[in-house]
Amino acid sequence: MSGHVAPKSMYYAVFAALIIGTALTVAVAFVDLGALNNVVMLGIAITKATLVVLYFMHVRWSSRLTWVVAASGFFWLLILFGLTMQDYFTRGWVPGTFR
Amino acid sequence: MSDAPSAYQPPPVALHPAGHGHTPHHPYLQHHFDSMAQQAEASTLGMWVFLVTEIMFFGGLFMAYLVYRWQSPTGFQEASHHLNIYWGAANTAILIVSSLTMALAVRAAQTSQPVRTQVTWLAWTMVLGAAFLGIKAIEYADKFKDHIVPGPHFVWHGLYPKPAEQFYSLYFAMTGLHALHMVIGLGIMTVITIMAARKTFDSEYYTPVEVAGLYWHFVDIVWIFLFPLLYLIGRHFHPGA
Repeated sequence: MSGHVAPKSMYYAVFAALIIGTALTVAVAFVDLGALNNVVMLGIAITKATLVVLYFMHVRWSSRLTWVVAASGFFWLLILFGLTMQDYFTRGWVPGTFR
Repeated sequence: MSDAPSAYQPPPVALHPAGHGHTPHHPYLQHHFDSMAQQAEASTLGMWVFLVTEIMFFGGLFMAYLVYRWQSPTGFQEASHHLNIYWGAANTAILIVSSLTMALAVRAAQTSQPVRTQVTWLAWTMVLGAAFLGIKAIEYADKFKDHIVPGPHFVWHGLYPKPAEQFYSLYFAMTGLHALHMVIGLGIMTVITIMAARKTFDSEYYTPVEVAGLYWHFVDIVWIFLFPLLYLIGRHFHPGA
């Protein structure tokens, strides 16, 4: 029994990408891009999370079944966000008026 | 599948005396599995199922954050502006380094490295996890000093006191649940480090390190989302705008 052994250099490369992503997201936070700030910040966070899942958590080399289970977690999360927000969005509330 | 005695001498943790109709096998292979590979696959899959429930557990808090932030986006920005981005960024970096040392601990076990190498990587992971919690404690103390802990003594000098209180309720709930996971993670790592020191893991059997690693990386991923959503949304906010 032996799972896929990735070279050490791969772990260091993923680590470097994660640190660069963190530096980038902090730098962008100081610039006012309006709503685009959220897009950039979440884009970087999702990229970082994907790198951790695929390489540090070895999903890239795991069985199809593990893939499906891991993906289902995020899929269900989208159902939670999507269905809940479509309720709030259609209530006719005006966001930003609450103090 | 012979019952004849074999030359194989089971280590002290042997599961069965000879004569149960099975060939000698690795001492850590449980009898309801066919092979070490199948056993590892089942454990990993089981851990992923647990992590999916964890995603939904934290998901509820992210959902609450989404609803309340949608209700008062500017109020959340004003509240977030008060958080210290440098402590937050430092903690993000610390957790990423700890994920690297964790991954290297798994790799050390996977490649049958000496016990000293395995234990060193695990120890570094724990030191970094403790450093994260130390910084979190400093931040929490600052919140108490500044009276921005939700409750009767909450004081907010900005334009949006109510959304600020909601933001800090979510801040403490989300980072608190995350910190609890870190504390549990340190407990798990203590057990894994002791197992590693007792020469439990090699390329044939390293599932406990692998599964503990999955948990550790998951907690890292939660922070990867908490950091921007809590610390970064208010950075470009100009008070009074």
